[in-house]
Amino acid sequence: MAVEVKEYLPITLRHEDLGLSDETVLRMYYHLLLSRRLDERCWVLQRQGRVPFHISGIAHEGIGVGAAYALRKGFDIVHPYYRDLALSIALGMKPVEFMLALYGKKGDPHSAARQMPSHFSLRRLNIVSGSSPVATQVPQAAGIAFAEVLKQKLRDALEAAGFRVSREMRVVLTSMGEGSTSEGDFHEALNWAGLYKLPLVVLVHNNQYAISVPVWKQMAVQRVADRAAAYGIRGAVCDGGNVLEVYQVVKEAVERARAGEGPTLVEAVTYRWTPHSSDDDDRTYRTREEVEQGKLRDPLPRLRDYLYRRNLLTSQQENELEERVRAEVDEAQRLAEEAPYPAPEEALAPVFADEDRSGWWGE
Amino acid sequence: MPEKTLIEAIREAIDEEMARDPRVFVVGEDVGPRGGVFRATMGLWHKYGEWRVIDSPLAELSIVAIGIGAALNGFRPICEIQFADFIHPAFNQIVNEAARFFYRSGGVYNVPMVIRAPYGGGISGGLYHSQSVEAFFAHVPGLKVVIPSNPYDAKGLLKAAIRDPNPVLFFEPKKGYRLIKGEVPDGDYTVPIGPAKVTREGSDLTVFAYGMMHYYALQAAEMVAREGIDVEVVDLCTLAPVDRQTILNSVKKTGKALIVYEDNLTLGYGAEVAAILAEEGFEYLDGPVMRLAGPDVPGVPFSPPMQDFFMPNPHKIAEAIRRLARY
Repeated sequence: MAVEVKEYLPITLRHEDLGLSDETVLRMYYHLLLSRRLDERCWVLQRQGRVPFHISGIAHEGIGVGAAYALRKGFDIVHPYYRDLALSIALGMKPVEFMLALYGKKGDPHSAARQMPSHFSLRRLNIVSGSSPVATQVPQAAGIAFAEVLKQKLRDALEAAGFRVSREMRVVLTSMGEGSTSEGDFHEALNWAGLYKLPLVVLVHNNQYAISVPVWKQMAVQRVADRAAAYGIRGAVCDGGNVLEVYQVVKEAVERARAGEGPTLVEAVTYRWTPHSSDDDDRTYRTREEVEQGKLRDPLPRLRDYLYRRNLLTSQQENELEERVRAEVDEAQRLAEEAPYPAPEEALAPVFADEDRSGWWGE
Repeated sequence: MPEKTLIEAIREAIDEEMARDPRVFVVGEDVGPRGGVFRATMGLWHKYGEWRVIDSPLAELSIVAIGIGAALNGFRPICEIQFADFIHPAFNQIVNEAARFFYRSGGVYNVPMVIRAPYGGGISGGLYHSQSVEAFFAHVPGLKVVIPSNPYDAKGLLKAAIRDPNPVLFFEPKKGYRLIKGEVPDGDYTVPIGPAKVTREGSDLTVFAYGMMHYYALQAAEMVAREGIDVEVVDLCTLAPVDRQTILNSVKKTGKALIVYEDNLTLGYGAEVAAILAEEGFEYLDGPVMRLAGPDVPGVPFSPPMQDFFMPNPHKIAEAIRRLARY
């Protein structure tokens, strides 16, 4: 049997031209690889019946990793969606933190095992809790960004009252699928974003499908980014399978947002070759040929090939990295399996807060 | 103590809280130079400026969602929905988002915000300027639902709502904005969210009400007092979380309960009060738990005779009291 050699789309940008060191681009590769292998393990565990559900970020890692590196980690705020495993990993989420949520175990830091997995929420990384109805996070992200504008406008009064305002605005990055751009929430959010030139990056993962509905049944415009014109904001498109291009485009959007030049609607184009979730069967709505074609966008081999071409990675180093990542995923799985479930009565609380812990103040 | 109207008390609460805490801001339609269509924010734009009193686009979903985001980021938004009838586009943001944030994040992200909305009929508002929406939201754990019936409580409860670390829906009986007057102290005080209040002591039966219907219930109690019926009136004022104990204590004393609300009858707030009494106060009852509410039609009609037919009023409440007192 002949071995099929795939011709992945090449990365032609050069990382040093984007201000990225060799070390940084290798670290990006590590985060891509870790996200992918962790994600693949979750599929296996679900198929083995060990966990009830998985919703995957496979094919989205280039977007998440590129975007994460464009942000000021620990300062900027993200309000993500369920395909943002790689974004969360690249921001600093540990594999075990995902695994605990996957198993619904005690210690899940995202939702204390209340939400389905992939509803990322980690206060220490400025990742804001999201829900499952799509696009609800977008106007909330605009509200978080609006507060950043308010802080600058009201700095004197706030600081007089003891609230420290950072010298620069935090940038808020929110992400969603292209299907979410059909929701009214998206429209209202971008309207606010344009009106107040909010420090906001609206990052749309265009993976061509909203469960089974293709993008051409979702909108009459050619590009998601075309929608930006209606709100008086910038639109930009990037290849979501090219982590360096995502980094470049999101970085520019972040810098403009921080400088008060307003929001950007970034469309990162990818192709979701997994089913929507572990409960979906994508054979009912698309051909295998189409899926194979879509895999040529795969961000992981594309970055690997780039690193080989630039003599930044050898096969021995690649294997070592694979070993390291496998050990990390094994360990995360082991810890999650050993962790206890929450006590049933933990379902009863907390409904109301007794004290206010809201806000990102100071630097 | 100076006498003020309900709307003046509300404005005073907002004004004082804005002066007290620079994180408090107002956002809504026409709240700026216009001061709100009911004048709740009159003068505040001039006093605090355009970054504290924000005229929003005409889009209720994002009035709430921007409020949620700003609350997460440390502010204390007061979101004004111009009429409760227009809150429905924001239902998802309130019910799926604001209400669930704290629980779904395992107690990490709280949402300290207030959503104010005028509600209720009897003002020639037709189907879409007369609605009572409190039952939708009182059903949702994670939301506090408050309805003041008098200026003193309005000021104190609104201040408590603004300081609460949770989302609070604050529905205001708009027919009473200028009609209901009462003594309101100048300066700071709060009325705690949670407790219901016995506003008239009585021994024969209890009328439970809130908002405009509480105002009418007190009038009805006076009417039947002349006939020798001694009515206790309870102002529920915090609908969620419900104060079960005050409800039960009152009926333990009187043995009879009438619940009055201007929403349509079925699955309105009175259903929950009736269920509490049936489950936990069965042994106190010596008559049927009764409800007086609007008919089950899709709205309050505009035409005056039909509107009057829909709305409970002191005479209808008095008549219901008489029926119940006969048991």
